[in-house]
Amino acid sequence: MAMNSVLLNAKEISRAISRISHEILERNQGAGDIALVGIRTRGVALSQRLREKIKDIESLTVDHGVLDITLYRDDLAKGLQKPAIKRTEIIFALENKNIILCDDVLFTGRTIRAAIDALMDFGRPSSVQLAVLIDRGHRELPIRPDYVGKNVPTDKSKHIQVLLNEEDGEDKVIIKGTPN
Amino acid sequence: MLLSRKNILSTKELKKQDINQILDTADSFKEISTRAIKKVPTLRGKTIINLFFEPSTRTRTSFEIAGKRLSADVINISGSSSSTVKGESLIDTARNLEAMNPDILVVRHKNSGAPALLSQFVDSPVINAGDGSHEHPSQALLDLLTIRSQKGELEGLRVAIVGDIRHSRVARSNIQAMQTMGIKVSVVGPPPLIPSEFNSLGVDVSHNLREVIKNVDVVMVLRIQLERQKQGLLSSLREYSNYFCLTSEILDKARKDILIIHPGPVNRGVEISLDVMESKHSLILDQVTNGVAIRMALFYLLLGEKNANPN
Repeated sequence: MAMNSVLLNAKEISRAISRISHEILERNQGAGDIALVGIRTRGVALSQRLREKIKDIESLTVDHGVLDITLYRDDLAKGLQKPAIKRTEIIFALENKNIILCDDVLFTGRTIRAAIDALMDFGRPSSVQLAVLIDRGHRELPIRPDYVGKNVPTDKSKHIQVLLNEEDGEDKVIIKGTPN
Repeated sequence: MLLSRKNILSTKELKKQDINQILDTADSFKEISTRAIKKVPTLRGKTIINLFFEPSTRTRTSFEIAGKRLSADVINISGSSSSTVKGESLIDTARNLEAMNPDILVVRHKNSGAPALLSQFVDSPVINAGDGSHEHPSQALLDLLTIRSQKGELEGLRVAIVGDIRHSRVARSNIQAMQTMGIKVSVVGPPPLIPSEFNSLGVDVSHNLREVIKNVDVVMVLRIQLERQKQGLLSSLREYSNYFCLTSEILDKARKDILIIHPGPVNRGVEISLDVMESKHSLILDQVTNGVAIRMALFYLLLGEKNANPN
């Protein structure tokens, strides 16, 4: 049987987002030059929450974008799977911005590689930083996060699921064992 | 998610869920053509062969741009430059091209059924880019995308297709696809250009554009195919225009939000007047833009189908 345990509850997710918002502002000396870009699907909700929090702290609404990285994946050609393509929405200029890429879980790093490639097709930002709710290790590429909600050393066979209100109706991060 | 078909030969073979998937995917692809760098790496290392045995500017360019925006290598072969002029058969040509390992073949041919025949001799997915007066599925799909972008929903709309229905592969592909999507179709034109077989397709047949135009959401004006009018089915172009040219006088009878589409190329003043063509109702250039997105979607969805899903 699969064993599920809760890694973060709603309150802990909310605290992590608050802390990350402060860290982003501290590192970038305010919200003046930053923009948040969420990776579909749950990175988008995360980026919107960070944006709200930053607005609360600095009274400034920062630019916001959405990336669908499907077309940049490195496993498409292998694939019988054909993920549905959603729209990418980046309607501001990236030049001279510090872009905070947001995703729910950092695992192999391949999604982030794809996201960086996609981003570069839109322009040349000053810097790209990475914010994730969970870092579960097992990187296959030289990629590291700048802002982390929680580090969770995991068994590679385990599955981490992030549930967010906007998509799933509740806030919770769970880890699932593999049913053998 | 996969399409239910390996080849895109006919809209008759496409289920409602296939068409929705193609339209949704194309909708997301539209954005790529508006970027400064109009390219994504999705089909890097894939080879697409455009095999055009019949002249075409719009469709061939559209398929070529679609492939290139997805980073595929696109090779164009036209009828006059292919070995078919040396007597090589269509099937031999296809087999030889297949031996060079393309990933998708796009075929236009003057004979109905040529792409379907060819698909039986190659492993690569085949897209029919127009075969005789049979079918032109990617055109029908881009027409649906254009209509859906304006109306939001396809189900329940009423569309009139006006002109040379007999010779029109666009009409045939559209009728089938539109019926699958729940659109009510009327065909309008002079009796010699509407063969009796259309009565059995479940469409309304009319010879009076002035009446039909009052009750439709969309009017699709077809090109009078001058190259296919040698049998004398029309007494004269002027007579045709008197009854079936879409003019502002006829448009006055239509609903205020009527949409006008035309697969191009346009014979100005024959099937549509200049002012109507350039009115706010006309979506002719939107169709061309949407055509690239539709063909990108077809390439994306057929990618990897080789050796995968025989049907």
